[in-house]
Amino acid sequence: MKLFKYIFIGIVFGITLTKAEIISWYRIYEMFRFQSFHMYGVIGTAIVLGIVFVQIVKRTKMKTIDGSPILFQPKERSTPRYLIGGIIFGLGWAMTGACPGPMFILLGNGIGVILIVIIAAVIGTFTYGMVKHKLPH
Amino acid sequence: MNQIIDIISKPWPWYVAGIMITVVMLTLLYFGNSFGISSNLRTVCSIIGGKDTCNYFDFDWKGQIWNLVFMVGAIIGGGIAYTWLTPDTSILLSEQTIAELSEFGIKDPGKTFVPMEIFSWDTLFTLKGVIFLLMGGFLVGFGTHYAGGCTSGHAISGLSNLQLPSLIAVAGFFIGGLIMTNLILPYIFGL
Repeated sequence: MKLFKYIFIGIVFGITLTKAEIISWYRIYEMFRFQSFHMYGVIGTAIVLGIVFVQIVKRTKMKTIDGSPILFQPKERSTPRYLIGGIIFGLGWAMTGACPGPMFILLGNGIGVILIVIIAAVIGTFTYGMVKHKLPH
Repeated sequence: MNQIIDIISKPWPWYVAGIMITVVMLTLLYFGNSFGISSNLRTVCSIIGGKDTCNYFDFDWKGQIWNLVFMVGAIIGGGIAYTWLTPDTSILLSEQTIAELSEFGIKDPGKTFVPMEIFSWDTLFTLKGVIFLLMGGFLVGFGTHYAGGCTSGHAISGLSNLQLPSLIAVAGFFIGGLIMTNLILPYIFGL
């Protein structure tokens, strides 16, 4: 089945974020208090490697598994949307100690009450959809 | 084999995690998709009926099924790591972090992945719980879609592709996070 491989990649992702303690509320707290290098190391390594490999993908015009070109969708240019949206996200991230990926991985780690955070995040998403046209973008 | 499991069962260093996250991102690119988890929240809104309510949720979510499957995999991965690969769930924190959090009323900071003073069903029905869990979750959901991506979509995928919008978004993530952790959290803990 075509979709099966995504379960596998997801499992690798879930194990990685658990074992490197990225899903820990404490690690996010430390990061925003500059009391540990850990999260900066994780994100920094991923970005540096990512930049190198994305350049390789682009320069060698690498193809996907189906043979179609690997496309990068450019994001539309704007400042207020990314800055204000980013700040709102950051405020929530520091409270819950979890961005959307870790929320789900914490559920797998048996933290049942995170379900409330996920539901709240869905409500937040829904609210954004409803008021989107009134916000500066 | 047991030796390998022993090694995996120790906390992973930051560089291993960084490499693995890049591998996940590149594998998804190779399969013709892009790494970004928050899209799933939009997909869920569309599935549960948002499609008819507003046009933001009126899109063909069937193209996003792979992402939902990926998310289910992440939950399973968390369960596997928790059940078989994490004999010790304590987290090594700096003295300073422990001292600060103890002052906020957190008992044994770092003993478990998340502070039970926040992440328990009992807390949910207190003012603190409503703020941390409900308001926090709401802001993450709202903010990530306003900004057009979260840590995976902007910080990892976007910055890897040197996109200016992602740099602005990540700066925003940090401004918000620094304000919350340094200026507001002490007051919430004091409630």
